[in-house]
Amino acid sequence: MACDPANTISISSLLKVKGWREIPIGGIIIDAGNSEEYQTGGWRSFRPIWDESKCNNCKVCWIYCPDGSIRVRDGVVAGIDLNYCKGCGICAKECPQGAIEMVEEYKAEEKVRQ
Amino acid sequence: MKTNAVNLTETEYLLPGNRACPGCALSLAYRHILKALEGQVIVTVPASCLTVLHGMYPVTSVNVPCVNTPFPSTGASATGLVAGLKALGKKGLTVLAIAGDGGTHDIGIQALSGAAERQEDFIYICYDNEGYMNTGNQRSGSTPLGAISGTTPILGKQQNQKDMTAIMEAHSIPYVATANASYPLDLYEKVRKAKAIEGTRFIHVFTPCPPGWGFPYSDTIKIGELAVKTGWVVLYEVEDGTFRLTSASESIARRGNLRPVRDYLREQGRFKNITEEQINELQDWVNARWSRCLDRATSL
Repeated sequence: MACDPANTISISSLLKVKGWREIPIGGIIIDAGNSEEYQTGGWRSFRPIWDESKCNNCKVCWIYCPDGSIRVRDGVVAGIDLNYCKGCGICAKECPQGAIEMVEEYKAEEKVRQ
Repeated sequence: MKTNAVNLTETEYLLPGNRACPGCALSLAYRHILKALEGQVIVTVPASCLTVLHGMYPVTSVNVPCVNTPFPSTGASATGLVAGLKALGKKGLTVLAIAGDGGTHDIGIQALSGAAERQEDFIYICYDNEGYMNTGNQRSGSTPLGAISGTTPILGKQQNQKDMTAIMEAHSIPYVATANASYPLDLYEKVRKAKAIEGTRFIHVFTPCPPGWGFPYSDTIKIGELAVKTGWVVLYEVEDGTFRLTSASESIARRGNLRPVRDYLREQGRFKNITEEQINELQDWVNARWSRCLDRATSL
């Protein structure tokens, strides 16, 4: 069954693997920055919860975030992008105001449901 | 003007969705390096954690041009890129070679040394996580004495690291600096400064590695700061032969409050089997380098 060409095609389209005909010459990647399609938020076991009332917009979290997951708009912290946050907890540790708290992912999920 | 949280650009060149580990100091450093170069850059990268960070083919997490090159040839690849840009008459682009400590201290040193001797016009950044981290934490020329690694699993490494920044300084290149991912704005300013200089420029960036060194992901910044506070890492720059301490190292030198290196070692799992003699040896090594730096710092 593994040799059935119909099977092979369906598996490769499932994995979105390109054949040699579709890959550009030299194997170059034309659409730069396409990693955004891959959401690393699923790696997380602790979720940062940002308390806007404690935040004084010093932007220390934004400077120290290794993944650029702290969203800043017009010079003001606008929240945390949970689609990409890997949950390292650097922001919570470095925040001078204690405005970010790391909560276990399943507890955070329960909180959201309530 | 000094860079701070207010005037730092909001544009990101390292995009989310990259494959770096959580709490990766390289990811943090790379983010600020690309910000400092404002996207006007061609990056060349050998096999390293940075290739992992960029993602598996056909994915890339940066929106700047990037060339992947074999392990020993970062310096040669950057030389070729500079020559290519010159031949095409393209101006205003910086060539940035960025390699890990394995790709700089061990495997890439001959190509880098050759390029520096020819005074090729590019910035070379070595991010130092003190081991071959993405292949399983094997020892490198930068792994310190007493550290447990994939290839020194029980007793720890028996030799101390080599001082790559001093080796590069001996090439008489116009700009040599050390930086630390825990002081991203200092790193940012050094890259900005390097960008404006012509010739081979070398920046050594200290990047703590949570899984490789054995500390929690959230402690990356703390470990990097401890490294500077204990003198394990000295932040300085040498511009046309003029030595200057920068950032936290400068203020520590003024106050004279260097902490014992033990404070830094005990925070990390990789030093769990270190002996008292090894700690003393490391302390002597740190003290000797610190006093050398103080002697050289003219502005104090």
